[in-house]
Amino acid sequence: MNLTLKVWRQENADDPGHFEVYMAQDISPDMSFLEMLDIVNEYIIADDGEPIAFDSDCREGICGACSMVINGVPHGGQQGTTACQLHMRHFCSGDTVTIEPWRATAFPVHRDLIVDRTSFERIQQAGGFISVRTGSVPDANATLVPKGDADLAMDAAQCIGCGACVAACKNASAMLFVAAKVSHLSLVPQGQPERERRAIAMVKQMDKEGFGNCTVTGACEAVCPKEISIDFIGRLNREYGRAILKKGNA
Amino acid sequence: MVAKKKTAKSKVKTSVNKSSRNSADSMNVSSRAKKPFSLKPNIPPGPISEKWEKHKFNLKLVTPANKRKFEIIVVGSGLAGASSAATLAELGYNVKCFCYQDSPRRAHSIAAQGGINAAKNYQNDGDSVYRLFYDTVKGGDYRSREANVYRLAQVSVDIIDQCSAQGVPFAREYGGLLANRSFGGAQVSRTFYARGQTGQQLLLGAYSALNRQIGLGKVKMHCRTEMLDIVLVNGHAKGIVVRDMVTGKISRHSAHAVVLATGGYGNAFFLSTNAKGCNVTATFRAYKRGAGFANPCYTQIHPTCIPVSGSHQSKLTLMSESLRNDGRVWVPKDKKVAEKIRRGELKPSDVSEENRDYYLESKYPSFGNLVPRDLASRNAKEVCDEGRGVVASGLGVYLDFTDAIERLGENTVRERYGNLFDMYEKITGTNAYQNPMTIYPAVHYTMGGLWVDYNLMSNLPGLFAIGEANFSDHGANRLGASALMQGLADGYFVLPYTIGQYLAEIGEGDRPSLDDPAFISVQDEVECRINTMLSIKGERTPTSFHRELGQIMWDKCGMERNKTQLQEAIKLIPRLRQEFWSNLKIPGENASLNQSLERAGRVADFLEFGELMCRDALQREESCGGHFRSEHQTTEGEAKRNDDDFSYVSAWEYMGENKNPKLHKEPLKYEEVKMTQRNYK
Repeated sequence: MNLTLKVWRQENADDPGHFEVYMAQDISPDMSFLEMLDIVNEYIIADDGEPIAFDSDCREGICGACSMVINGVPHGGQQGTTACQLHMRHFCSGDTVTIEPWRATAFPVHRDLIVDRTSFERIQQAGGFISVRTGSVPDANATLVPKGDADLAMDAAQCIGCGACVAACKNASAMLFVAAKVSHLSLVPQGQPERERRAIAMVKQMDKEGFGNCTVTGACEAVCPKEISIDFIGRLNREYGRAILKKGNA
Repeated sequence: MVAKKKTAKSKVKTSVNKSSRNSADSMNVSSRAKKPFSLKPNIPPGPISEKWEKHKFNLKLVTPANKRKFEIIVVGSGLAGASSAATLAELGYNVKCFCYQDSPRRAHSIAAQGGINAAKNYQNDGDSVYRLFYDTVKGGDYRSREANVYRLAQVSVDIIDQCSAQGVPFAREYGGLLANRSFGGAQVSRTFYARGQTGQQLLLGAYSALNRQIGLGKVKMHCRTEMLDIVLVNGHAKGIVVRDMVTGKISRHSAHAVVLATGGYGNAFFLSTNAKGCNVTATFRAYKRGAGFANPCYTQIHPTCIPVSGSHQSKLTLMSESLRNDGRVWVPKDKKVAEKIRRGELKPSDVSEENRDYYLESKYPSFGNLVPRDLASRNAKEVCDEGRGVVASGLGVYLDFTDAIERLGENTVRERYGNLFDMYEKITGTNAYQNPMTIYPAVHYTMGGLWVDYNLMSNLPGLFAIGEANFSDHGANRLGASALMQGLADGYFVLPYTIGQYLAEIGEGDRPSLDDPAFISVQDEVECRINTMLSIKGERTPTSFHRELGQIMWDKCGMERNKTQLQEAIKLIPRLRQEFWSNLKIPGENASLNQSLERAGRVADFLEFGELMCRDALQREESCGGHFRSEHQTTEGEAKRNDDDFSYVSAWEYMGENKNPKLHKEPLKYEEVKMTQRNYK
């Protein structure tokens, strides 16, 4: 099949950027979206152009590197699917496909479709952990974790940190991401001692990074490739409120 | 040795004052100090169960107040890298950690599905440290180092405690205790798991520990930064040269010691289940600076991957091995029927039962579809080579769930494998409840790596290799759920102790200045290499060279190797390399984000490394584990080891440009486990 691509090109963070049109020809429906871009890039290089820069690594939907808005939807709109797992059979010959980077103040563009997501890193460095030193821990079965809690914690912990939630949100809010992290650790007994400190520190850092506020539109949940539930945002709000109200944390 | 080093150091200091950038001069400094290649495994004496305890006691310690005077570089941030960086920082060392991804959490450990082994014996089914040790040595086809494997089994129990305390959401039973499942190559349930995302959860645990240390300022994290070379000063590894992948800036970093946790080299085959960015550059650069590369021919081919769909394919996707518990593997008996299927004239359901060849069940009646990975893979290749493959390319066999669905009902099958069936449909567009899956083997893991001693230090003092980047624990074949165990064992519980010995020996003063001529010289070489690649301005992209190399490796050094083909590859690869250096095309420049340039550097190293793999496969005139030489098989087509002549670790020494590398051998002695022939009939 043949497609017309409108691709965001931006040389670096200072460049204002623009759309460029490319033809993607003889595309097999069995290709993944990124394989299609690989082919287009080979043609661009052959024509002495500079290939489209985009992040990808594992190409099996788990590393969270790939990050592009396809036809206005982060990861392209197939439910529970990252861009690397999106296949061309979901497109039709003759389609025009628009490809853009994540757009958010807290995710400045490095080049083309590659953005800087280190704001996510700093949020996690602020408190996304349980403080245990290697070796100074009890036997694993000394801490019982109810199965339901472990399963729910796992639902949250599946987050791949791609940032699609931010890209989909009209406010560029990182609430779903932070909610997933805070919920995972507050749901297991090991995370209790730092529960309040963690919620406050992570929310504080999130605000500092320039992410917008949550107005509960649910756009994040709709595009999340791991289908992380917006319920966790409710949980985060509760965790935060609980922490603030608890004496000594405000 | 210590005294000699001190004089050398004072020499360095004087030359620093001159701050010369004369590279010819400085190259002499590093070559002058080069020590002869020697392999000392440093295995502690005594009974196997006491070796590690005694060794830990005998290791020199660095006092807490002095630890903060040491700087350690960790390259890579997967399970081994993140866990070691965090643990070293917790101990008080200053750590610099580097990764090429935009976040340490994206390292390819994240993609591991199945689980992690540990000899906890929580199931009361007779597991023990000794049994895990025994299974691992046997599974590795008696080509691993006994003492290292025993230690691995010993510390495995601590890993589960550690990860659980970090909040890793392992699968639980209703009573709140940890759940286990069984996995290939073992008769006990010792595998801990977090759904099908165990690697992800363990990595996020190590990453959270790393984040804590970054927040505390003890680890300086450098993301989107690729190590391009290693710097030796007076024969000791003292730093690295890296490229900032956003700005292109080349910079030098010095430390008291360097730890490589840079993973495996499966991408030498271009198509593998590894992430696109996985590469051999760090370990290969170390090899070119004098580190021994051990067992490069040991590659694990995983039997259940989604077949290649066309020449556009960029990587392969693994489907969990657990599918073979209920799926039946078959191809048509008749080649003509297979041809019709390939042309789309027949559907699998059109092939009647008597015309199907359930080749694993008929050949291995007692293990059936559950034979080990290497056998399942080789047999699939065999039937496809006979022309009986069932996908358009001819390279694919059926994995059929029809019987399982009849026996258990679709719902039960969905409960067991639902996520895998979904993933399969996402990639292939085929519903595997209604049609059989098609699968084919793919490169998955590499057992070889930098040669290391019991302390995980390479033959270059100060250079350590951990996780998949070293060679020591899996022998010629790795068991399922053991990669995660080894990465974390090395990173949390082995290296943080053993590195202390080296640091205590050298003292805190032994950290050269960045203006040391050795550093300047390596940076010059790195820049020169980049400029050379950019200036070729030929016709072919790095990817096209990589694909071609991958095809050679797969055809001639893949699942089955023989002398003629390996010799052909050793002729073909240098030719391809020559073309690379004369016909490479990289658009753009160094001083920007340039993915073609990144790729070119990695491909350049694979183009040399592939040849080393072939040479290693050629010298190993036996079949063992993942290394199958067609000349060496039993009458029944099984791998035939030659313990008398080949129970050694091959460690290759780099001898210079266009010179054949030199083979060194570390003999393997089995004092605990009796070597036997594997039999799965």
